[in-house]
Amino acid sequence: MSNRLHEPGLALHVEDLTVSYHGKPVLWDIDFDIPPGVMAAIVGPNGAGKSTLIKSVLGLIPPMAGHVTLFGRPYRAQRKRVGYVPQRSSVDWDFPTTALDVVTMGLYGQLGWLRWPGRRERRRAMEALAMVGMQDFAGRQISQLSGGQQQRVFLARALVQQADIYLLDEPMAGVDATTERAIVELLQRLRDEGRTVIVVHHDLQTVRCWFDWLLMLNVRVVAQGPVEQVWTAENLRRTYGGQIALLDGDTSITAPAGPAARASGAS
Amino acid sequence: MLGDYTLQNVVMGALLLGAISGVLGSFAMLRRQSLLGDTLSHAALPGVCLGFIMAGSREMGSLMAGALGTGAVAALMVVLLTRYSRLKTDAALGIVLSTSFALGVVLLTFIQGMNNAAQGGLNAFLFGQAAATLRSDLLLMAGITALALILVLGLWKEFKLICFDPGFARAQGLPVLLLEVVLTVMIALAVVVGLQMVGVVLMAAMVIAPAVAARQWSPRLEVMVPLAALFGMAAGVSGALISTLGRGLATGPLIIICVSGFVLVSLLLAPRRGLLWEAAFRLRQRRRLRQQQLLTRLYRQASWHGEPRRGSGRKLADDDCDPRTRRVVRQLEQRGLVGCHDRHWMLTAEGHEAAARILAQLEGRAT
Repeated sequence: MSNRLHEPGLALHVEDLTVSYHGKPVLWDIDFDIPPGVMAAIVGPNGAGKSTLIKSVLGLIPPMAGHVTLFGRPYRAQRKRVGYVPQRSSVDWDFPTTALDVVTMGLYGQLGWLRWPGRRERRRAMEALAMVGMQDFAGRQISQLSGGQQQRVFLARALVQQADIYLLDEPMAGVDATTERAIVELLQRLRDEGRTVIVVHHDLQTVRCWFDWLLMLNVRVVAQGPVEQVWTAENLRRTYGGQIALLDGDTSITAPAGPAARASGAS
Repeated sequence: MLGDYTLQNVVMGALLLGAISGVLGSFAMLRRQSLLGDTLSHAALPGVCLGFIMAGSREMGSLMAGALGTGAVAALMVVLLTRYSRLKTDAALGIVLSTSFALGVVLLTFIQGMNNAAQGGLNAFLFGQAAATLRSDLLLMAGITALALILVLGLWKEFKLICFDPGFARAQGLPVLLLEVVLTVMIALAVVVGLQMVGVVLMAAMVIAPAVAARQWSPRLEVMVPLAALFGMAAGVSGALISTLGRGLATGPLIIICVSGFVLVSLLLAPRRGLLWEAAFRLRQRRRLRQQQLLTRLYRQASWHGEPRRGSGRKLADDDCDPRTRRVVRQLEQRGLVGCHDRHWMLTAEGHEAAARILAQLEGRAT
């Protein structure tokens, strides 16, 4: 790959991305861009390929075709600028380790071979734990934490990397309303610092008040752009198909309002 | 007794085997690959036979090289089967294990038919023959163990991360596949160390048991791994010493029985995770909750009656003649929280305070 930058003005640029699993397309010819400094949600029904998309961006799943650049360079060259929060259910929480230790793992990639984490790493991990309000649980064995606390530990592990782009896979799954709000406020603070936050999200109720950028996905890209422009009944119907009955109760969606009318509603 | 040359060899071999299998078994267990050790050790048998056929003698080096070779093939087969077929890991491990063991037994009988005088004791690799350990074997075993320990120390944080969260490890740029291969090869090496001592059939226990026992006692990987090594070494030495008590007692199986004893004790007694410990804890907890519940009930009734400490004692004594409640009342009486007054049960001053505290705590949690 040449050293030339490809779309350096975009935090994330995905072109022609196609991913298949067992001969079935999971993502089909995906094109999308996310500008820097936004908080973006990726929404779509189950099996739409949301997690697969995140994993392909991180190079965890080899694509059949297409390419991904972050700030103009492939992921391999930008690893240190990307923070990743996997789904909480992807690991065994009975693993013999403490909350502080898990957060320190976020620094392993920067530490380099043969080096053990020392006082400096532990201090940074403590700071990250404090940011998510978990400093009192640093020495706690991770299986003794509640679901919301585990999620916050995972978040702290990404925060400690001090990345420019954060990719989060369903960080709000299975946490209570208080924790959810705390996580959102933290993510919004990151965005206000100029970082880019990309979240796989499953709760349509909250999309409009929390996010400012939206990608609607169902194997293919249905719509993308600023939330107030993309959030239309038509787009939702095209993304979720028959499941739209679930949304009909929300009058603001069915109401035939133009993008401008809703722009004032978005925070 | 320890001056005995053979015993010295056996004890040293057992120490080495305990250390390497405890350390590597911990990582295998945490990656949910405890059975990998089993498969690799059974796959070592055809390798040992092939090594013998090629070298024409029971020379340790070629036997071990053969064991390593077939172990590697077996590990590769498991990886291919899980990746390209619909088999799950356990089924793939089972198939490769039984196939290679059958192959090994066939080769073993074939060698016995060759009438080669040098074959003597080749089937000792099935259950090990610790007493036949030579100083040169020990040197090889020590070299392998040292290599494994150095690798684990050097790659500690990498191994930890790929065991806990391999996806995150890859996103961090770690060569996860390579590290997994290194771990697997090292387990195959540990199997080679154990062949002479405990044999292919029982080697799996050496990989699994010390790790399982150690996990019971510690919630930290940094403690668990050395502890597993310690358990492995202690079992090795005890087994070796016990085998000297009687004539012709097999060392290998005794080592495995010792390590199984560690597992049994750990599963039952370890704080927080032990079965008995947990049962006792739950019993204590339930008794405490019952007492608290009754205290707050009396408290509520007392405030209902407008009398600060009076509970509806007659109800407790007569209507609620459920023996469990009476037992709890008696427990509270012993603790001085409840007193009997004129056939009425009443909260004492301490009981009143305790009940108020419990309720305040419950409310504090809700906010």
